[in-house]
Amino acid sequence: MFANSYEKEAMNAMSCNDPVILNQWHAIAAIEDTGATACHTRLLGEQLEYSVVEGSAHASRAQTPNKQLPITCAYGYIWTCLGIPSAPLFELPEYLESDRTNVCAASVGVRVSAPRAVENFLDMGHFPYVHTGILGEQPHTEVREYDVEVTEDTNEVIATRCRFYQPQAAAGAEGGMLVEYIYRVPHPYCSVLYKSCPDDESRLDVIALFVQPMDEINIRAHALVSVIDKTSAPLAIRMFQQTIFGQDKPILENQLPKRLPLDPRAETPIRADKSAIVYRRWLSKQGIRYGVIPAAA
Amino acid sequence: MSTHLQNAKKQWHPIAASTDLVPRHVYHAQLTGRELAVWRADDGHVNVWENRCLHRGVRLSIGINDGRELVCQYHGWRYANRTAGCTYIPAHPADAPARTICNNQYPVVEKEGLIWSTEADDQPELPAIDYRAGDKLVLRAMPINATPEVVLITLKQHAHADESSNDRIIEHNLFSLSMLLVGNDTHLQVNYFIQPVDSNRVVVRAVLSGLPNDANTAYKLQTLREHNEILKQVQESAERQMEALDTPLPWEPVIRPVSEKLSYMPELSSKRRSLLRVKVSDIRDTATAIKAVEFMSIEGQLPTFQPGAHIDVHLPNALIRQYSLVNATGQTDRYIIGVKRESDSTGGSTYIHDTLRMDDVVAVSVPRNNFPMRRDAVKTLLIAGGIGITPMLSMAQALYHSSMPFKLHYFVQGADHLAFKETLETFRSSLIVHSALDPAQTQLELNGILSSYENAHHVYVCGPGPMLNVTRTIAQSHSWPDDAVHFEYFKNTQTQDKSVPFEVSLSRSGLTLQVPSGKSLLQVLRENNVDLPSSCEQGACGTCKVTVTAGEALHQDVYLSETEKQRGDCMMTCVSRAKSNSLTLDI
Repeated sequence: MFANSYEKEAMNAMSCNDPVILNQWHAIAAIEDTGATACHTRLLGEQLEYSVVEGSAHASRAQTPNKQLPITCAYGYIWTCLGIPSAPLFELPEYLESDRTNVCAASVGVRVSAPRAVENFLDMGHFPYVHTGILGEQPHTEVREYDVEVTEDTNEVIATRCRFYQPQAAAGAEGGMLVEYIYRVPHPYCSVLYKSCPDDESRLDVIALFVQPMDEINIRAHALVSVIDKTSAPLAIRMFQQTIFGQDKPILENQLPKRLPLDPRAETPIRADKSAIVYRRWLSKQGIRYGVIPAAA
Repeated sequence: MSTHLQNAKKQWHPIAASTDLVPRHVYHAQLTGRELAVWRADDGHVNVWENRCLHRGVRLSIGINDGRELVCQYHGWRYANRTAGCTYIPAHPADAPARTICNNQYPVVEKEGLIWSTEADDQPELPAIDYRAGDKLVLRAMPINATPEVVLITLKQHAHADESSNDRIIEHNLFSLSMLLVGNDTHLQVNYFIQPVDSNRVVVRAVLSGLPNDANTAYKLQTLREHNEILKQVQESAERQMEALDTPLPWEPVIRPVSEKLSYMPELSSKRRSLLRVKVSDIRDTATAIKAVEFMSIEGQLPTFQPGAHIDVHLPNALIRQYSLVNATGQTDRYIIGVKRESDSTGGSTYIHDTLRMDDVVAVSVPRNNFPMRRDAVKTLLIAGGIGITPMLSMAQALYHSSMPFKLHYFVQGADHLAFKETLETFRSSLIVHSALDPAQTQLELNGILSSYENAHHVYVCGPGPMLNVTRTIAQSHSWPDDAVHFEYFKNTQTQDKSVPFEVSLSRSGLTLQVPSGKSLLQVLRENNVDLPSSCEQGACGTCKVTVTAGEALHQDVYLSETEKQRGDCMMTCVSRAKSNSLTLDI
């Protein structure tokens, strides 16, 4: 009836003057979805147009169409940068393994900040409630102890030994089992999930989330699924991923505030939220201001 | 802060109509820019809470009202009716949530079909409103995109629009206006209330009073339509007037931060020593030699409890006794306990049976839960012996209400020993009574009950010591893992060895202390101002548990499971000592 808290935040959520975010690469669209006709999108509050002409991708601000922005084509997506790229895009070596099926599985608009979306991606506790019957199921709600750290060499958040009960771990599996996950956060707005592969015990399936910050509180969530799966068609993989994102969307859109609060007293963490706590501290330490509510100094 | 906002915050305002709060619904209201989740529990109580789960900020208005608790959609956190305290965190099913996890709530009064609330701290009472005698009707709420001032002016303009009418304004203030509508034979009164939703949005609510008591439905409908039409005109007119004015900035609600303690990763232990004064509101026989005692708060809301929780009852004869709460979830207006007259009573149960009377005032501790119930079991078995039924009643009611599969096996001496029969009736299909069995027969029954263990099954046992011991042994013999067998002892009947002195180092406090023979570790800690919560002080309740980081403990309690004792990383300071020469504790 009174959905105006969104508009309130929207008033202060426009262009970006956060140098860390400005100088990052951001995914804007799947390469396979883009042709020679210019398409429009928004990034960090600015209108962009982009296209793929004869195999090469282009992006520019809509106001200055002749001034090319930096481009990287990687992991199925077009990435661009509105500042000066501070480093090459993070590594995702699995993408290049020849026997994997790589699917650009979803690009879903969500009214939420990018860090809220990343935090939701890292969270296992919501599986039984939000992804009921798929990624979790009541009464199996326990989040077991896991490990999380920030790697010294690559400065990524990494969570290991994450285990969660999944009702149907794989297409042919009977009954539920504990599935093991590893999460990486190599980019303030991107996260990669590794999950035991039903077809090959020695390898891991990969699901990556690339969040495009349209502005501080509007995103497009892009998914890359990279699996060793001889049976599932890309369409089935896409349908699955879109179902998951579709279940997350209404929850994320009902989070208040939309920007991620970095003040520890804004919300109540529990042990299961270890990865989120480390992620919030990691954002704070980098001085990130866009899409977050910085903690009072 | 704008003066309009300050004025608005000083007052009570209607935030919903009673009819908005349909059963099991959560209504999304807003006052002075602040979103509210408003819900009615099955017992009729109306809750007005911040519309935000304390965990991750998800709106509670999209949550589930199960009649007793409000469940967040995101992670299933449960908050209790009345107290707004968190009762269960599914991600950690074995832990009792810290009592202090409590949602922000606002005062509420339901009167004449409207729900009222306020953000003012110094306005405990809703001021009296003069309505005209006779029947009343609540008008349909009218949202208007305009400031409260413009809406008030518009309402006044409408009141004076028809010069030929004798209608007159009785009184008005910034947020309300009442009028007498002079008719041929009946005079009606309309009270308009301007609910300040935000700086540029109000909801006008109104109550018509003075209707004839025998007015028929057609007349009422016609009256409602006419007045709704007036409000529509007010809406149009006010919104038109706003076009010429600047839109004020929206009001930003300040959301109270969570307590310092909650902002870090949780240590779920809590020091709970504060006492509540309560009044005996009912005391009755519920079975042979068992009294049911109910306590009501003298002032303020009783704190949140979870199934399995107990309170310490401080009796006027200076004795302190622990009793499990029998309450159903959400039954937060009282504490209910069951007390058996113990033949070897040292004065606790005797006092309650013989001396305690209605309206007596006693002190009780806040509820403490050393017997938390997981709600992630595929099946739950509850086994009670005699007065051990009390915590099981709370658990059984919670499971029954959530439609989770369970069986309650109740071992009693005979039919007249069945306590709380009316509560047992509510989940009759899950109740199995085993009556008048001798120890050998009891053992046989238990053997049958526990014959097969399956993954994610859990058993909870409460009863006399020998029965608990037998149950634990049988469960073990049928391969029940220790962490699936939960139990609560009334008391520790093991003999305690206090003879051997030892040294203890406290890694966080930086102290090294000597525990001499004849003194408990807890006593020595207290003497050195290391404050530790405790309750039974005989190794049965688990309150004084600490983490052991080095050394080997001599466990003399009945609280820890064998697995926990063997793991050696925790101990009970009230009875347990050191096997090694020294211990290092994480306190």
